[in-house]
Amino acid sequence: MDTTATTTTGLWKGGRSPFKVEYGKLMMWYFLMSDAFTFGAFLIAYGTTRFATNGWPNPNEVFRSYPLAGESAHAPLVFVSIMTFILIVSSVTMVLAVHEGHNMNRKGVAKYMVLTILGGLAFLSCQAWEWTHLYHEGAWWGSNPFPNADGTISTTNFTNFFFTITGFHGFHVFSGVVINIIMLIMVLKGVFDRRGHYLMIEKAGLYWHFVDLVWVFVFTCFYLI
Amino acid sequence: MDHTLESLAAEQHAGGGVKEIWKVTIILTVLTLVELGFGFMMMGMDDGLGKHFIKGVIIILMLAKAFYIVGYFMHLKHEVRNLIMTVVVPLFLFVWFIIAFLTDGNSFKDNKNKWDRNHKERSKEPMPEHEEGTHSLE
Repeated sequence: MDTTATTTTGLWKGGRSPFKVEYGKLMMWYFLMSDAFTFGAFLIAYGTTRFATNGWPNPNEVFRSYPLAGESAHAPLVFVSIMTFILIVSSVTMVLAVHEGHNMNRKGVAKYMVLTILGGLAFLSCQAWEWTHLYHEGAWWGSNPFPNADGTISTTNFTNFFFTITGFHGFHVFSGVVINIIMLIMVLKGVFDRRGHYLMIEKAGLYWHFVDLVWVFVFTCFYLI
Repeated sequence: MDHTLESLAAEQHAGGGVKEIWKVTIILTVLTLVELGFGFMMMGMDDGLGKHFIKGVIIILMLAKAFYIVGYFMHLKHEVRNLIMTVVVPLFLFVWFIIAFLTDGNSFKDNKNKWDRNHKERSKEPMPEHEEGTHSLE
């Protein structure tokens, strides 16, 4: 193939990737964009319902407990901020894994993948505890024990949206952990060293960061405002 | 130049490396702490202009966090400009999406309160005491 011809006739004349990115990674970006619309639709449905309702439960009264705290605990935002930081830290370890992948450092990638997986599992455990706690307080799909902030009758939309959206996000975290475990096994078996690149870790990393990104929005919409 | 997967992997090298990662980590941590600070500040406040203003600030901080995660952790800032555009431009649909739907919800509430007196009366009733651990479904 005439290499000079392709370099002089522009990005879109073939022989090279116009976006300078591998096919799989490009498709991961478009998948994540479509997933952003799915989550966006959920959150906008939640916002619309909230705007269409007289009164709404106060999140600080609902999410005020933490493990081993007992009935009278009143610590709003504390437990959820721990969950938020767990996810941010696991995102950082994921970037570091990708970085080690650039340097073709198998041990480094494996180390940071293990830390990322542990972060994901820690987040899922926190969420499992929170769901269990809310369930025992009487909250579930179709059942909302929490009155509106002003003490008036609330609708079940509050719990319906909470469990649906955090559940959908939690399912993403769960699939992310599974993907990361598969990646870790492939790293340990030396698959990427034989391939000569760690692009697969980057794609898994994109997905993992997206999960963190969605949590930024879920955390703000449900717990803060 | 032919693009092989190895050459593409090598080209992904652009960016600030580990130093940039730590910088962004610190920025994300600080933004989260500020958000939490505003969250605690709002607890004692009554609904009103001040509270809505803080909520607006929190949303801006949230978007800043999103920018740092997507731009640096997901590396989008260092990609080819056309790639950035194909991902980011469709997301601007959200501007219409959010404005249209939230206004719609709000006008639904206003109309219902205006024309359905029963609905308005009912939403003023206090919530009856709830028994711990009971589910209305069961």
